[in-house]
Amino acid sequence: MAVTFDDVRHIASLARLSVSEERLPALVGELNAILAHMEALQRVDVSGVPADLAAGMTPMPLRADGGEQLRLAWPREEFAPDMRDGFYLVPRLATHEDVDE
Amino acid sequence: MSDYEMVVGLEVHVQLKTRTKAFCNSPTTFGAEPNVNTCPICLALPGALPVLNAHAVELAVRAALALGCTVHGTSIFARKNYFYPDLPKGYQISQYDRPLATGGRLAGVGITRVHMEEDAGKSIHDRYTGATAIDLNRAGVPLIEIVSEPDIRSAQEARRYLQTLKQVLEYVDVSDVDMEKGSLRVDANVSARRTGETKFGTKTEVKNMNTFSGVEKALEAEFARQVAVLETGGRVVQQTMLWDGAKGEVRPARSKEESHDYRYFPEPDLPPLVLTDAYIDQIRRALPELPDARRARFREQYGLGDQEIDELVADIPLAAYFEETAKASGNAKTAANWMRGELLAALRAGGGDVQTFPVRPKALAELLGLVGEGAVSHTAARTIFEKMIATGEGAGRIADREGLRKVSDDAALEQWIGEVRTENPTEWARFQAGETKLQKVLVGLVMKKSKGKADPQRVNQLLAGGV
Amino acid sequence: MKADFARAAGLNIILAEDPEARPSVDHGPLHDIPVAIKDNIATLRMPTSCGSRILEGYISPYEATVVSRLRAAGAVIACKTNMDEFAMGSSTEHSAFGPARNPVDPTRVPGGSSGGSAAAVAAGVVPIALGSETGGSVRQPAAFCGVVGVKPTYGRVSRFGLVAFASSLDQVGVLARTVDDSALAMQIIAGRDPMDATSADIPVPEYRAAAARPVSTLTIGRPREYFPDALDPAIRARCDDVLAKLRDAGATIRDVSLPHSGLAIPVYYIIAPAEASSNLARFDGVRYGLRVTGDGLTAMYEATRSKGFGAEVTRRILLGTYVLSAGYYDAYYKKAQQVRALITQDFHTVFNSGVDVLFTPTTPTPAFKIGAVSDPYEMYLNDIFTCTANLAGNPAISVPIGTVNGLPIGGQIIAPHFGEEAMFAAAYAVERL
Repeated sequence: MAVTFDDVRHIASLARLSVSEERLPALVGELNAILAHMEALQRVDVSGVPADLAAGMTPMPLRADGGEQLRLAWPREEFAPDMRDGFYLVPRLATHEDVDE
Repeated sequence: MSDYEMVVGLEVHVQLKTRTKAFCNSPTTFGAEPNVNTCPICLALPGALPVLNAHAVELAVRAALALGCTVHGTSIFARKNYFYPDLPKGYQISQYDRPLATGGRLAGVGITRVHMEEDAGKSIHDRYTGATAIDLNRAGVPLIEIVSEPDIRSAQEARRYLQTLKQVLEYVDVSDVDMEKGSLRVDANVSARRTGETKFGTKTEVKNMNTFSGVEKALEAEFARQVAVLETGGRVVQQTMLWDGAKGEVRPARSKEESHDYRYFPEPDLPPLVLTDAYIDQIRRALPELPDARRARFREQYGLGDQEIDELVADIPLAAYFEETAKASGNAKTAANWMRGELLAALRAGGGDVQTFPVRPKALAELLGLVGEGAVSHTAARTIFEKMIATGEGAGRIADREGLRKVSDDAALEQWIGEVRTENPTEWARFQAGETKLQKVLVGLVMKKSKGKADPQRVNQLLAGGV
Repeated sequence: MKADFARAAGLNIILAEDPEARPSVDHGPLHDIPVAIKDNIATLRMPTSCGSRILEGYISPYEATVVSRLRAAGAVIACKTNMDEFAMGSSTEHSAFGPARNPVDPTRVPGGSSGGSAAAVAAGVVPIALGSETGGSVRQPAAFCGVVGVKPTYGRVSRFGLVAFASSLDQVGVLARTVDDSALAMQIIAGRDPMDATSADIPVPEYRAAAARPVSTLTIGRPREYFPDALDPAIRARCDDVLAKLRDAGATIRDVSLPHSGLAIPVYYIIAPAEASSNLARFDGVRYGLRVTGDGLTAMYEATRSKGFGAEVTRRILLGTYVLSAGYYDAYYKKAQQVRALITQDFHTVFNSGVDVLFTPTTPTPAFKIGAVSDPYEMYLNDIFTCTANLAGNPAISVPIGTVNGLPIGGQIIAPHFGEEAMFAAAYAVERL
């Protein structure tokens, strides 16, 4: 499966990375070269692998509902790029009518 | 429009009432100063890792069982990847193809699944010009998402489903289910199709409905919009619609972002959640009697009617109070009547709740006993009840001290009758002359004179007998 | 004892020093020993930049569990070491702060991504350093620099405070001059951590006691896939010489096969970037780290991340995003996880057939010249012998076994899950030869 220029533009957007048009050809080439090596996996017979990969795993441990909050050694403001009145500030969303998820 | 039917599925997000968040010990308290309820984990600092809250699991299982679902012994968490400033990790820890529970039913609507996930923070858009303010206190609060089958066929049915869902979740005490505080949120998937058609039409997602009545109106508005499109030969576009309660309309969400590719994959920081049969059974056995079962039992055991049942079953503490009173007094009907009448009125006036009401069931039962055996009149009972609330004393003691017991002693009654005769000679004369309908009036006057203490039955007998 | 920073001169292996560093307790098995910490492990007193501009100057407000454990053992947390950005690399050339140099030959790379930590030990700055492993990032630089490098079983050591690259593969590892020092350090940092849900609830044995295990009790497997025809003959000769000497000392040597080994690199380079693309989404300029303002939120995200991430990280995030994206998940990510299960099964099968440990070369070549490898996939092939243990979760150690053309090479020992004792026992034996 070959990756196209549009594919790379699309995944860059999904990943919130901006890739310059100058860089794009090299990047597409690099990605395709890497992906070509992955083609070997297509031919591998995995019929012997259990359908449920989770079955053999050790279950997760749980924690109690309480205990002390994990403290920060210094206030959030000290390492935040932009905070005001305790809020993190970011540029206003262009689509501000979007609902909180 | 009757050519078309509405097809609705509801996705309800419910905050679980744990003390700490899903994956860290930060508190879940509502209304705290912005960002104080955060820590390296829910702030998604580099190197932080999630560890799941055991109580969140218990509440989620309880809710799933109460909704009739099958709880799965193994479920898997997954990452739902997208960028948003109130989603600190850039992904939400949720469940995807191996959810906690599937296959339930509520109010005639199928429930596809119940799964666990974490809440995002809040984005506040109009506090500062040109900026959005982010508060991550809510980020990481544990949620369950309850997805219904697209079985709902009307806005009213949707509302009933939601009301029943809220009541069940209150009964099993897993959440405050308060839409105003955001602990219950509803999104809808809506489509329209010709009545009788079995294929589904294109659905839209409707969001931003903040009350049950808002849900009802939004569904009707969106249905109407879709029908209008279809009737003119158009096609419904799959998109997200927002309900504008102020304007009473739905409109497309302005965001034209690419339809999300969430790139779900199993959460590598969390091994599978494994629940033993014993664990699930223990939670099932500890479930309180759910509203439907309680309604049926009240009908059968106490012979109550639907109206009475609705009022008493609505509230778990009220139902419990009623049952104790009914058992102690031996008369469910009078207990029900008194509670629906005097007790609820007193609660409303006093502003308290039934758990802290000063008159406890046994005490109320004593009062009802006095009424039942005819020792006090209904009017007197009301007075006694007020004093019981004020002083906490027993009904019998108050009745004796205040002289509120019914007086059946002929001598006393004849005294009062005599006084009434003296004060009302005209009426007395007419009664003696044969206007028997005045007997009631005279009895009333005797009751007044005796401040309600006279036994009206005996007074009637005496008057009729020609005192 | 103090860290000897003079020995780091000109090598660009130290990113930050703590001049006030001192022991937190006045006793402990590591009392007063200076330890270097790879820059992707959270410390309170020095930045944790992960070799990246996006975290340049970021000082973590909480500390990694492994660092707390070292301090509780009396160690002095002396400095943070240079690394490939976000641990993505095999040469420490991909650091935003300049490449690190190999102390044995400063024109060459020290390996990566824990190149700074390996070099700090090799140069004599500190006796012990922490690194991290995802595909071989402790063992490979250990081999290139001529020191010991250990990767524990996945889940043996807490990841809390280790900045995640690929969560199902990452482990904190140890670099040291001797097997004994590495066993001691591993002993101290290993063990269940309630802050890490993937950390195993299994007791930690006395690893140094493995020194006493007679080599005659070991059956050592020689997997043929790790000795391909194309292997550098000098490396092959050194490794086979080690095996011959182990046999002379009483060990049983057996030829074995791990048939799916050749698939390890493709599997690794699907799974690791996929998880990384998700783990690195939190670097968005909102709550910490670099923020580059743009016209609106999306512009801010893109400018911050594009300016903050280097070329290799960008490449891997794109690759990872692609293999998880709609339509490609089944063919790539899901398939890779299934093949991974086959690789894991290969190890199980061999270890269940009476083999105690495996012995292989650590790397296909000795340290190469800085700038010599520019093709990304060629760089990935550095991990060809190491990444199978990461994929399968098995513990592995690299022990110096001499030189080729004057450059150090390593011999690798791989053991069963939670079989660090056997691994150390074989390592002690190799070291003694």
